Amino acid sequence: MSDESGTQGQSGAGAHGSQGQPIRHFRRLVPVWLLLALACDLIWWFVAGPHVPPGDMSDVARGAQFDFNVLFLAAAPVVLGVWVYMAYALWMWRESRGAEPISQETALGNFKVQFWWIAITTVVVLGAFVFGTVELILPAGAGGGEGPNPIWTPTTKTILPVQVIAQQWKFTYRYPTFGGMETDTLVLPNNTEIAFHVTSLDVIHSFWAYQIGVKADANPQVDNVAYAKTAQTGTFTVRCSELCGIWHGAMYDYGKVVSKAAFEKWALTTERKQADNTKYLPPFAWTYAPTANGATGVTGTNTSTQAPFSKQEHYGATPARKLVKTPATATPTTGT
Amino acid sequence: MSRSGRIAIVLGLFACAVVLVVFSAMAYVGTEPYTVSYLGAQPSGQPVHLVMQTDGVGGCTSQLNQCVHPTWVSYRIRTPRTHHFLHTSLVELPAHTRIDVTVYQFDSGGPLRNQQWGRVTGTTGTSATLDGRTFKVLNSYKTTIGHTFTVPALGINVPLRGNTTKKKGFCTEGPCNPSTQLHQTITFSFTTPGVGNYHFQCFIPCGAGHYAGNGGPMQTLGYMGGFLEVRA
Repeated sequence: MSDESGTQGQSGAGAHGSQGQPIRHFRRLVPVWLLLALACDLIWWFVAGPHVPPGDMSDVARGAQFDFNVLFLAAAPVVLGVWVYMAYALWMWRESRGAEPISQETALGNFKVQFWWIAITTVVVLGAFVFGTVELILPAGAGGGEGPNPIWTPTTKTILPVQVIAQQWKFTYRYPTFGGMETDTLVLPNNTEIAFHVTSLDVIHSFWAYQIGVKADANPQVDNVAYAKTAQTGTFTVRCSELCGIWHGAMYDYGKVVSKAAFEKWALTTERKQADNTKYLPPFAWTYAPTANGATGVTGTNTSTQAPFSKQEHYGATPARKLVKTPATATPTTGT
Repeated sequence: MSRSGRIAIVLGLFACAVVLVVFSAMAYVGTEPYTVSYLGAQPSGQPVHLVMQTDGVGGCTSQLNQCVHPTWVSYRIRTPRTHHFLHTSLVELPAHTRIDVTVYQFDSGGPLRNQQWGRVTGTTGTSATLDGRTFKVLNSYKTTIGHTFTVPALGINVPLRGNTTKKKGFCTEGPCNPSTQLHQTITFSFTTPGVGNYHFQCFIPCGAGHYAGNGGPMQTLGYMGGFLEVRA
């Protein structure tokens, strides 16, 4: 698409202007392309960008939104470049203007065009690769499940651990720092780092807190940890994103991010209300065994060999409150 | 081969394919369980009395297609007029109406995989009655639970206490008889929301013999999961 490319080998319309001067196609195309690309990127960044899913309810959601927008900003000029050139070519070298196909040595290519085409696309692709790789890691694993021993951990000291227990076909949530209570609603405090400990009681599920930007596989006997720092109050959708049986489509609910004061009020109230059932729950553990079910008559769901808490300070675990005291393992017992 | 012969073979194969598709579609449609309708069972605004039973062995009835898995555990729903327990898990209910539910629980029980389902939620008064006594929580490690009646979208969960198989009168094949056979009677009430289909299921993995107890009857319409079809 260099200036020369438009003049070499062109005969008839398109090779020369009305004054007999060679037409500089590249100089014609670049301003149009630049203008369109700039307009498209600016409109996207300021108008569409803030509404791109998953939104900005957490730092990792913001990160995902930023990634989408940056990738769009990089891709749009490339797409527009191809489209502008295609439209120009259709108009410039149409048969009715007297254009004739190039042939022989003029069809062999243009070194400068090929060089820059390869160089620019290589830079774009390698840039996307480096950018994507870094963004997959930051911040703190970017909301993805990191397994039981996360490599990319948050720098925040105070973290609220929430255990996400998937089972066919419902998520329940256990708060180890609030008496080990279990609820079927996920409520989170705002401006707080959350450690989601995702596990399953039966088959493979996947915990997808859409607007929070967290997606982590829920596997039986695995503690899959994902981090997110809440940044905005509101409601978010929780879905299972792993086909897990006939009612997979019904395995969803809605969580809430509320102020810290509202969360603490809710947590303490719920802990008190749930106390009549919490006392019957098995000791808190990071994982559960799928064999512990009524069909086999075997209980003993605690299969974790890890300490119930890491060395990090945990939200809710203030000196005034006692952490859930749990044994590292529990012996299965035969049911009645 | 002649041209007419080739055309005849193609047409014959096409006819076979059509027959196969139609047969498969009819077989699929034919296996959908019957829907028990409680619409109009009571004057408008009056509470509806929904009666169900849970059987350890579903058994057979004279209904079409109900002997496919006679050994599977199953819900049965009583028809409001003839009072027959039909082998189905589809029930039509009027919207914005109080539903008084009675469940006759004939199956044996065990501990829940997740004791969270031992707690009564979403019912009127957040409680239920077991043989006439009000309760809010059942300790599944002590009393055993046979099944649960759970409607996740409505937040309803009621644990259904299990029976011991050693006692006299244990029902070995459905439909079971509440007048003569061993059972637990659980009652509770809830109010239906607006029009919609609300999935309900048992949350104790009672599909014995299937992976994690969640296959077979847990994954088949008409057994341990179904729909409350709420209509205007």
